[in-house]
Amino acid sequence: MQNYTSYILDLELVETQALNAQYVLMKFHHELQFPEIQSGQFIQVRIDGSPNTYLRRPISVNFVDKVKNQLWLLIQLVGDGTRTLAATPIGNKVNMILPLGNNFSKPDFKDQVLLIGGGVGVAPLLMLGKEIKEQGLNVTFLLGARSAKDLLELDEFSKYGQVFTTTEDASAGEKGFVTQHSILKSQKFDRIYTCGPKPMMQAVANYAKMNSIECEVSLENSMACGIGACLCCVEDTVDGHVCTCTTGPVFNIKKLKW
Amino acid sequence: MTASGTFGFGEEFTDFMDIARIGGIVVKGTTIRHREGNPYPRMAETPMGMLNAVGLQNKGVHYFAETIYPRIMNYDTNILVNVSGSTVEEYVETAEIIQTLAHIPGIELNISCPNVKQGGMAFGTSTEGAARVVEAVRKVYKKHLMVKLSPNVTDITEIARAVEAAGADSVSMINTLLGMAINAEKRKPVLSTVTGGLSGACIKPIALRMVWQTSKAIQIPIVGMGGISSATDAIEFLLAGASAIQVGTANFIDPAITPKIAKGIVEYCERHGLRSVRELIGALEIESQQPSECLTDQKCS
Repeated sequence: MQNYTSYILDLELVETQALNAQYVLMKFHHELQFPEIQSGQFIQVRIDGSPNTYLRRPISVNFVDKVKNQLWLLIQLVGDGTRTLAATPIGNKVNMILPLGNNFSKPDFKDQVLLIGGGVGVAPLLMLGKEIKEQGLNVTFLLGARSAKDLLELDEFSKYGQVFTTTEDASAGEKGFVTQHSILKSQKFDRIYTCGPKPMMQAVANYAKMNSIECEVSLENSMACGIGACLCCVEDTVDGHVCTCTTGPVFNIKKLKW
Repeated sequence: MTASGTFGFGEEFTDFMDIARIGGIVVKGTTIRHREGNPYPRMAETPMGMLNAVGLQNKGVHYFAETIYPRIMNYDTNILVNVSGSTVEEYVETAEIIQTLAHIPGIELNISCPNVKQGGMAFGTSTEGAARVVEAVRKVYKKHLMVKLSPNVTDITEIARAVEAAGADSVSMINTLLGMAINAEKRKPVLSTVTGGLSGACIKPIALRMVWQTSKAIQIPIVGMGGISSATDAIEFLLAGASAIQVGTANFIDPAITPKIAKGIVEYCERHGLRSVRELIGALEIESQQPSECLTDQKCS
């Protein structure tokens, strides 16, 4: 059973940064101390004022600023729901169920750790990177995107480790996919955490398997409840169909049938 | 009550609400054997609703009895178990096992799930099929037998009459409506099974109409459901003829909704000076009977 407690909270929006035309970073404040949140967990966000948005939207926890008591959500504007959320007036309250899901597991004290993210999938890796750095380990980030404008929060990631990038159109970093980056040839890693488009994670998982590297992925299956009741978000694993909202979203690749 | 398939075994909701504050829970569909359910994707959001194609994933009634039941049996509410099957024998066997569990006062017979490829849908869409399975279960099952009706039929009142005659103690209605979602860009269905069950606020008008029609056709109590997400919605079902209600999809949007609805019903009664919520059952006031044939008569003005 889960080892965390979830709450339904109304959080106040204090800041929205438009990172570019397609992405925003939203920061929320809670009048009390936030519940215990671990990297890898997500939030079910209720979006009000969007007629086509009936269910909550599951969004990864990007970061928790314990000093300012703020929660960050990194959001890609893909439809009516996310666009309505991004247009929330500052000072408004947004209703959320948090924290949900499992968390990335902690690396061993001597591990060389690589965090690979694609597009908006980089979101949960920021908090993870900070946690691993605070553990005393070196963190390397490898972030990929279609184009330079889709690379997000590079300044933030640089605070916790070295950042390498790839873009498919060569507008920044090395050209190509993350699995083609030279760092994978020049440096040996003991543990990989990855989040991004499924084909990217499958390619990373493949690379990890071939090189016997421990690897965890974060899945984004479509879901209704987010709390393990409806059984819609299942992933087929070696243990059968399990909910990505409770047994995931983080999975060790050995559990998946990829 | 909470609807089957939307509340797990109740444990998933203990962070958000006190189960003692609602009348009962219907734990999710249980079958004689373990079922993996349908492949992902199993859901699609639709206007004011959602489609699901879960396919009765569950670890089987033996696992429920041995592992889940001991954990939930002391919940301070009524626990009903939803029973599904592909054959009459499977329904009977599963019901018999549930009957041995002292803290389960009743079962909800799911003869209407639209996602099962063989069996389930067939029973609930004909009076003969529905009666057959209810009669067989009634012979062995002595506690409360609630039968969940499918709306995917021409006349739900016929099915209701048939299950009443076969010995059901109550009916619950409605189950999900058969629907479909398409991804226009990918040019593919959203659900792995192409079609699935529609639930949520968008089905309330259909559910209300069916409860109202059925309440005039049978004597046994009706448990109404379909898009209920507020106390007002619940009151509407009571007025239409339901004696109790179930809340399903709304639990996904607000896991704490059910005690709020229960409280709201009490407040309505106080506001209207009612001594008991029973005064609302079937209390819909109709000025003059509108001819329902009008909807199919093209000449009707």
